[in-house]
Amino acid sequence: MSSESKQILTTDGIPLEVSLKKAEKKNKIKAFLLVAPLLLFLVITYIFPIGDMFMRSVDDRMVTNMLPKTFKAMEKWENLDELPPEEVYRGFYEDYKLLAENQQHGKLGQRLNKEKNGFNTITKKLFRQIKRKKIDESASLKEQINKLHKRWRDVEYWQAIKRTAPPYTASKYLKGMDMYFAADGSIAQVDEDRRIHRILWLRTLEIAFFVTLFCFFMGYPIAHLLATLPMKYSNLLMICVLLPFWTSLLVRTASWMILLQQQGIVNDFFVMIGLVADDNRPEMMYNKVGTYVAMTQILLPFMVLPLYSVMKTISPSLMRAGKSLGGTPFVAFWKVYFPLTIPGIGAGCLLVFILAIGYYITPALVGGASGTLISNQIAFHMKTTLDWSFASAMGLMLLTGVLVIYWIYNKLVGVDNIKLG
Amino acid sequence: MALPSYTETRYRIWHYIYIAICTFVFFFLIAPLFVIFPLSFNAEEFLVFSEGMKNLDPDAFSLRWYKDMVYGTKNPWGLAAKNSFIIAIFATIGSIILGTLAALGLSSRHMPYKGLIMATLISPMIVPLIISGVAIFFFMAKAGLAATHTGIVLAHIILGTPFVVITVTATLSGFDHSVTRAAASLGSNPVNTFMKITLPLILPGVISGGLFAFVTSFDEVVVVLFLAGLENTTIPIQMWTGLREQLSPTILAVATCLILLSTLILVSAELLRRRSERLRGINR
Repeated sequence: MSSESKQILTTDGIPLEVSLKKAEKKNKIKAFLLVAPLLLFLVITYIFPIGDMFMRSVDDRMVTNMLPKTFKAMEKWENLDELPPEEVYRGFYEDYKLLAENQQHGKLGQRLNKEKNGFNTITKKLFRQIKRKKIDESASLKEQINKLHKRWRDVEYWQAIKRTAPPYTASKYLKGMDMYFAADGSIAQVDEDRRIHRILWLRTLEIAFFVTLFCFFMGYPIAHLLATLPMKYSNLLMICVLLPFWTSLLVRTASWMILLQQQGIVNDFFVMIGLVADDNRPEMMYNKVGTYVAMTQILLPFMVLPLYSVMKTISPSLMRAGKSLGGTPFVAFWKVYFPLTIPGIGAGCLLVFILAIGYYITPALVGGASGTLISNQIAFHMKTTLDWSFASAMGLMLLTGVLVIYWIYNKLVGVDNIKLG
Repeated sequence: MALPSYTETRYRIWHYIYIAICTFVFFFLIAPLFVIFPLSFNAEEFLVFSEGMKNLDPDAFSLRWYKDMVYGTKNPWGLAAKNSFIIAIFATIGSIILGTLAALGLSSRHMPYKGLIMATLISPMIVPLIISGVAIFFFMAKAGLAATHTGIVLAHIILGTPFVVITVTATLSGFDHSVTRAAASLGSNPVNTFMKITLPLILPGVISGGLFAFVTSFDEVVVVLFLAGLENTTIPIQMWTGLREQLSPTILAVATCLILLSTLILVSAELLRRRSERLRGINR
């Protein structure tokens, strides 16, 4: 087919293949140009900022920029178990003097103090000596600085300075998992009673898992009922699913706060049927119970809708066939109906799980101290402690988890199959 | 769901258990919304049903909290409502324009890297809101748009477009492309074809995507909490502050109005869905 004589030409005399490719390319560009505005918009306002979060989370350039001469000199410091040579002391002295002139020495002291306790005192001592001009720059700086405080003679403090040299650090990520870099550079665990983040991660997973489970066990029967009832009844019942779906999240959370309060209707009901004594009403809000109940109700529609759309396509004659072939209704359900609904189960469960794992508003309002999740911690660091790099690191750890789940979702169900309403 | 007369007793029992479970779940889903309604007419300040309300005493009911919502000075609900509507309307328009264009491109069979681009475009829906909030806040702070209406509108366009992309792509999946070719062969230019042929056919999908975008913006609180200043307060922010500090009946009055609004949106979305399915020739 490749010989010249057999080539088909268009009326313009161009080979058809070339002409077709050209048209194809034109169509490709046309399609891409339609997508381009949104893609560009999202990349600038959304994708890059997420990258920016990553840069913030690993950024540790402050000390690197503050002590350039020190770190240059430290390259020649070979035996790390002994005190560094005179050049390092000189480099550090010169860097520190410059910082002191620019009023930046306090920041350095604080940062180094985080790396190793006790730095603040000895850098302040050095600062006072510099201010009083008591240091003779022509003599050995090593001897003079070492004389200031015994900690300057401790090699661990110089090692700590050296550890801050790299412009990037993973320490925020370790902190998010309750770990830190020990003095010798190895990774160590935080004391057992201070491991707050690990508890939060586990609790987030636990709550997301159980909420998904509750949603499944509550959503499956009603999705089945909706799919098997005649249209005129199921449409009416569908409103029960869709109205909460369209109602503001805060409105639904507010209604749970009313229901679950100590003098609330749920407690009234428990007292009425004699489950609890009137003067011993249980606390159902500001703890895990509140988070579970409210989140299950709020996320239930996200389970029911995908299940319903799958169940709707299953012909009822399949169950009849199963029964007529000798299966009991249970066997027919378990062997015929249930396997057919697995795509819907996968979609619903992963959707609910992904939404639950990043939940913020409801746990913050009804969760109290024992019901808060990792998102609340991120918001806390964004707004209260202003440790944005740590908030970014935690956010990206959560995002990684979600993306893994999303990837599984995509493999199992396909993103294109998400159905709304 | 009447059972055939030959059903064995144990299956009969199972059937009634099943119906009971379903009733409970439907009740669990819908009942919380109805608690708000009567309590918002409470004449007293407490968020429990008073004795008078239980006895249906007319004096126990009042419009006091609705008056407080409109004329009250403690919470700037008026400003919040105005802001919410302005932001949601502009965010919806932006989402519809960007999302529909992108969906048209994505539905073309010539589109390169379709999967990757689709995943990028709908990522704001998958990424937890708190992370979107942090990322968008960093961008807006750098661009000098924090605590401005523009910033919030842009943020809500980011969150709203995935819905438009999804609904319009779904509508276009059943779209018969020969009608646009017919228009082209009759001498219509592409813009004219889009306005006169494509748009009317995909309009239900566009509008229902727009409704999603509207509700997303109108109900959004996480990202706004990072972005909004005092001037940009919205209804969700006011509710959030109110719920954190003290649950007042005024909030319930606002909540009732929001439920009515969502009912309205639900009805329009449902009508649109049916129309769209009829147009696409799907009969269920």
